[in-house]
Amino acid sequence: MSNKRNLDTNRRRDLEIIASLVKPGSRVLDLGCGTGVFLKQLKDEYHISALGVEIDEDSIVRCIGNGVPVIQGDLNDDLDYLPEKSFDLAILSQTLQETSRPDKLLSQIVRIGNQAAVSVINFGHWLCRLQVAFRGKMPRSSHMPFQWYDTPNIHFCTLQDFRQLCASLNIRVVAEYPVSGKFPRLTGWMPNLFAIGSVFVLEQQ
Amino acid sequence: MKIETQSVNEKVFITTPQDFRLPGELKLDCGRILKEVNIRFETAGTLNSDRSNAVLVTHALSGDAHVCGRHTPEDKKAGWWDEMIGPGKLLDTNKYFVICSNVIGGCSGSTGPQSIDPDTGKPYNMNFPVITVADMVRAQKQLIDHLGIKKLLAVLGGSMGGMQVLQWAVDYPDMMQAIIPIATACQFSPQNIAFDWVAREAIKADPNWNGGNYTEDSVPARGLAAARMLAHITYLSEESMSRKFGRSLQDKSDSYDYAFDFDFAVESYLQYQGRRFVERFDANSYFYITRATDYFDLTANTNGDLVKALEKVKAAFLVVSFSSDWLFPTSQSKRIVDALLQNRKEVSFCEIESGYGHDAFLLEVDTLGRMVRDFLQHQQEAYHE
Repeated sequence: MSNKRNLDTNRRRDLEIIASLVKPGSRVLDLGCGTGVFLKQLKDEYHISALGVEIDEDSIVRCIGNGVPVIQGDLNDDLDYLPEKSFDLAILSQTLQETSRPDKLLSQIVRIGNQAAVSVINFGHWLCRLQVAFRGKMPRSSHMPFQWYDTPNIHFCTLQDFRQLCASLNIRVVAEYPVSGKFPRLTGWMPNLFAIGSVFVLEQQ
Repeated sequence: MKIETQSVNEKVFITTPQDFRLPGELKLDCGRILKEVNIRFETAGTLNSDRSNAVLVTHALSGDAHVCGRHTPEDKKAGWWDEMIGPGKLLDTNKYFVICSNVIGGCSGSTGPQSIDPDTGKPYNMNFPVITVADMVRAQKQLIDHLGIKKLLAVLGGSMGGMQVLQWAVDYPDMMQAIIPIATACQFSPQNIAFDWVAREAIKADPNWNGGNYTEDSVPARGLAAARMLAHITYLSEESMSRKFGRSLQDKSDSYDYAFDFDFAVESYLQYQGRRFVERFDANSYFYITRATDYFDLTANTNGDLVKALEKVKAAFLVVSFSSDWLFPTSQSKRIVDALLQNRKEVSFCEIESGYGHDAFLLEVDTLGRMVRDFLQHQQEAYHE
């Protein structure tokens, strides 16, 4: 997907956090897996049994080239074909904001995985707030480089919005790992203002 | 994008038909027994020392054992999947040992309705027993045993070939590492059955057919050609027909003939396809092979439960469909994929974007071939694990 064009895991702090949650030999699902680079890394390191879901044909071909099993699928469609609790960990990394119904997808991901690791981009980050408040313009940044009219990101939220949605869906937030921007010390203090995003570990209640 | 690398020396790749006579009788699903069964097959590449590089390719309705290469350097036409398979090609015979056999019931070397019935000394014609896809696979299994292969690296095929592939996975789950069903389904749909019925009716209506007792000089050419034309339409798509022919008229004419001979380019194309088919295919064989596909249903023994039917498969799957294929639509492939996921089996699935309809499985060589190549490479690593 668009945000993963340059999936350089060294530069993606959220993926490092997600990788640290993976148990060796477990079953891991990556929804919107792109070319499968991240799953391949997890396979090589943790010998997981992997499955990716991806919509783009060329990315699927490359997934197979990476030795990663992949199913063609649209995350906006029903995911009922993925059986309940069929994975130890279901990953959704910086993709939720591109989907048409994030609430439905969240309910699905906690149904499919024993745990879900969802990495969210924080629209409540201070830079976003400043751009709207003082420039009167929709926010853009290095990790959100699009214009409002061409962005694939159609459902933005703040970390606080996300927590609220989880609560309303009866999804338990097991852990939250904020990803720091320029001010790492402040991030832990007020993540909703200073984190550029966060990795949420979720479970069905 | 052209990925295929032609072998450096322009030497023609030669393949040679071989015959294998089954040591015993073949018990068929219909309850009858087939004696003195011959399997026509071809191989390409070399079987490695631990016999772990064998890939069985299964053919579609009108295919045969001649999957790649040429029989003689002068041959104009190469095998039916020559673009995909050969030395240095996407399915590389420098690396893999490729096997393809003509199905029983066929008319290209394996025992079929044209063969002599050992009990009567005459051709079977329509006295040939009705066969199933499982019967075809049962015969192939004996060939694989005969070649000394305990476990195939992969079984792959499209359309009716895909049905055999699935049957292999269910009937002999320990005999392959990987399975690649292409443009196929776990059961023949009512629409598919209906097309087969009309095709056979067309043959029956040809007076030459004569209950299947025709001679070489009086084959039911018109009936078989009509059957083929009908089937051929189902292999194309609205898009591919529009693109290829449009409403253009035959012979670049710009006015209608106001008559009933072929006037449109698409009509003359079908006529040509029908005529060519009659030259190489036997009408009675068309009955038997289409009937085998009609009866194909992986869920026949599990009360329609596909999840249960696929419970015991062990192979890793790569399932491929094509977006404009309305004969074996993507929904059919998805059904297989879903049932495999329910069973926690290893499966990959891709719908390749293509305007070619069902024929895409023979035409979209690049995308399909790259996937097959990479999938096989990873499965070969997994073979010994």
